[in-house]
Amino acid sequence: MHSGVQLHRSFASLRMTGSVWLMVACLLLSATLGWTQEQEKEKKSSPELVVAAAADLSVALQEIADGYQKQSGVQLKLSFGASGALTQQIQNGAPFDLFFSADMDYPRQLIAAGAADQASLYQYAVGKLVLWVPADSPLDLDLKGINALLDPSVKKIAVANPQHAPYGRAAVAALKHAGVYDRVADRLVLGENVAQAAQFVESGNAQAGFVALAHAVAPAMRGKGKYWEVPADFYPPLVQGVVVLSHSQHKKEAADFLEYIKTKDAAELLRRYGFTLPQ
Amino acid sequence: MAIDWQAFWLTLQLAITVSAVLLVLGLPIAYWIAFSPRRWKFLVEAVVALPIVLPPTVLGFYVLVALGPRSPLGRWWISLTGHTLAFTFTGLVIGSILYSLPFAVQPFAASFAGVDRKLIAASATLGASPLRTFFRVIAPLSVPGLITGTALSFAHTMGEFGVVLMVGGNIPGVTRTVSIDIFDRVQASDYAAANETALLLLAFSFAVLAIVYGLNRKPWLIGPVK
Repeated sequence: MHSGVQLHRSFASLRMTGSVWLMVACLLLSATLGWTQEQEKEKKSSPELVVAAAADLSVALQEIADGYQKQSGVQLKLSFGASGALTQQIQNGAPFDLFFSADMDYPRQLIAAGAADQASLYQYAVGKLVLWVPADSPLDLDLKGINALLDPSVKKIAVANPQHAPYGRAAVAALKHAGVYDRVADRLVLGENVAQAAQFVESGNAQAGFVALAHAVAPAMRGKGKYWEVPADFYPPLVQGVVVLSHSQHKKEAADFLEYIKTKDAAELLRRYGFTLPQ
Repeated sequence: MAIDWQAFWLTLQLAITVSAVLLVLGLPIAYWIAFSPRRWKFLVEAVVALPIVLPPTVLGFYVLVALGPRSPLGRWWISLTGHTLAFTFTGLVIGSILYSLPFAVQPFAASFAGVDRKLIAASATLGASPLRTFFRVIAPLSVPGLITGTALSFAHTMGEFGVVLMVGGNIPGVTRTVSIDIFDRVQASDYAAANETALLLLAFSFAVLAIVYGLNRKPWLIGPVK
């Protein structure tokens, strides 16, 4: 009897060993295929720029990059996140060539740390903060503005994390300026970056949120919500800077892309996504 | 600089709640997986194992949408309680239960399946109901597996990050867990505090696991181990 059980067990383990081998074979195969593809790409492709960018640029910069790619043949890889989070990654050696921040402080911090080139610093845009609610929201933003948040139907207000996202800091500043911060502080929910704050509202889990105008006017979001532009004197201007990073292997291509950002085409696109341009 | 004890206690509460719920919820699921004669059983096993393979962010995203007011489930909850499940402790518990489900169910099911069928058959021939057989024969013989499953789901929830990031909203005392707190501090360049908190979490998790596996070692063994 006992040996019967053991026999059964050894069969089971045999079967297991078989499937483990199959899995190993699959892994090896896919790794090899991936490697060959990588090699082919290396052979024929022109240099590639890896770009870290603030979350409010997620739509606009993708379009700019697509246009630039067609024109120059340079491949652009974009990573979006909270500016503070990206700064942190860059300081710890993340392999980016360029960094588009949502403020000027983080690029300056990187320059001071020797991680970015002082001469390359350029103010490419000024972001706008808006209060955004779902399209079916009963809140009258045009009439009440920021005070609409005091309505009892507003259970949660999404903002980007002010600890490391410039839009989160701007939102907190605006709430304080309007004198309502203390009354809504316990209803704030923090997105990791401004795009997640927008997503909290879009999914309906927060009834209102402070997002970038760039998100409110993005094609994917249009019609899903109503927005109210927070007056410019409510928060310190969101002047946004870009820098070339010190350890970039493609400084020339990075500088070329920066020149493209300064062209009329790129500026027009940024304007269409709700950014104003610095004088 | 100081450790955020509030976040630590909150995480502990979350982990205890989740592993307790999973101990109750996981038993019938594991029992069914171990003993059901159904041919399509493997499909259920695959569904239970999904959270191991899925990125926590995917799970968190689904939970966020499923619990939100755009879904029937979310609307039902809102009509019941007046608020959404996202950004609440209950919401985190639900997300974490899904996230840690395989870590409880798989050890449970494996230990149930390892119980000698002759003992189960003997219990049945002596007139015991399946429920009585379960509590008097199967469960006592599966105690090491039950402890392992509960300890794993506890530890897994202690270190949970992606799901909490997606559905938590980072509210102090409600949804800001230790892992979120550590993440925030690293993003804010506060390495010293991040280090301190991370070390505390490491030491605590090691202590819990060591105690559990230590207790699990001797008294429950029935036969010799090779």
